[in-house]
Amino acid sequence: MSKIIQVGMADLKVARPPDKLVTAGLGSCIGICILDKSTQIASLTHIMLPSSLQAKNTDNKAKFADTGIAMVIDEMRKTGANLNGMVAKIAGGAQMFKFSGENDILKIGERNAVAVMENLEKHKIRLLAKDVGGNYGRTITFDPQTGQLLVRTIGHGEQVI
Amino acid sequence: MVEDFSKLSGIQVDALREIGNVGAGNAATALAQMINSRIDMSVPRVNILPFAEVPDLIGGADLHVAGIYLQVDGPAPASILFILPIEQASRLVQMLMGLPAGESKTSDFSEMEMSAMMELGNIISATYLNALSMFTQLDFIPSVPALGMDMAGALLDAVLAQFGEIADHVLVLETVFKKDNEDVVGNFFLMPEPGALNTILKALGVSI
Repeated sequence: MSKIIQVGMADLKVARPPDKLVTAGLGSCIGICILDKSTQIASLTHIMLPSSLQAKNTDNKAKFADTGIAMVIDEMRKTGANLNGMVAKIAGGAQMFKFSGENDILKIGERNAVAVMENLEKHKIRLLAKDVGGNYGRTITFDPQTGQLLVRTIGHGEQVI
Repeated sequence: MVEDFSKLSGIQVDALREIGNVGAGNAATALAQMINSRIDMSVPRVNILPFAEVPDLIGGADLHVAGIYLQVDGPAPASILFILPIEQASRLVQMLMGLPAGESKTSDFSEMEMSAMMELGNIISATYLNALSMFTQLDFIPSVPALGMDMAGALLDAVLAQFGEIADHVLVLETVFKKDNEDVVGNFFLMPEPGALNTILKALGVSI
């Protein structure tokens, strides 16, 4: 029986086929799906913020792009994943609210996307596909068996990347 | 800052609940006048939750909602989010604009309808904050409202992100508004920034 494993905000989970990983309602957050093709060990990390460096509270590593990616790679390796064969797909990073003035915090989605891509590159994980930006939420389902990432939205269709 | 929240005493939680009660009472009256219909409210709840559990308050991250978001500036900064299931938002707007009750819709809202939704959030927030000001003698200065219509989780994470750098938990002062005592109209969330909570409690004379 395949299970659907839910990943909450600022959370990460590792799974193997036939289980699937789901995270619902990504706004400015980003869902990072990493797959080691050789072992089919996969992970989904739901990060909220680009960097732990300026944060006053870094207890939860899954909250940040930098520490979240480092931690999930470590978790995957502990379960037997091979560091060299890792590839990634990402989705999210939207701007959900529009204010008239300039406001940095509300561009957080954009900054999250940049930080995630930088950190994937730093760990030499190849980014195969991304669906980021826009002004709408996303619910994503990652299937480690096929490596397919299903992105559902409200009013902006649904696609597999 | 998590310690701050978990250290809240019974008296402090009661004090927060009481200001929530008065604030929401004012807001319910304003809302009732606007739509010319009776509005009831729940007893406010003080929730201290990890981020991941906040969407559960409104029925899950996937739920299609309208969210009106205001940033509150001043000595005790906070965020306000008024979240309504999209069908309810549609119905409220029809009542607000004096239109006959038609099919509630979930998309293709006109500029006018969206502007009415923002005004709704504006008035509820302003009346709520007025009460809060009277209690605490603090100034609360709301921003212009921003509107989002999408998945509840997506709207929430955009708001919660700003708490993320200092906290893993958020304090949500929650009130549920109901029309004719059954239909849930919307959930009103006041989320003080972690430092702001202390300022509010101090002003209420029950400081940590």
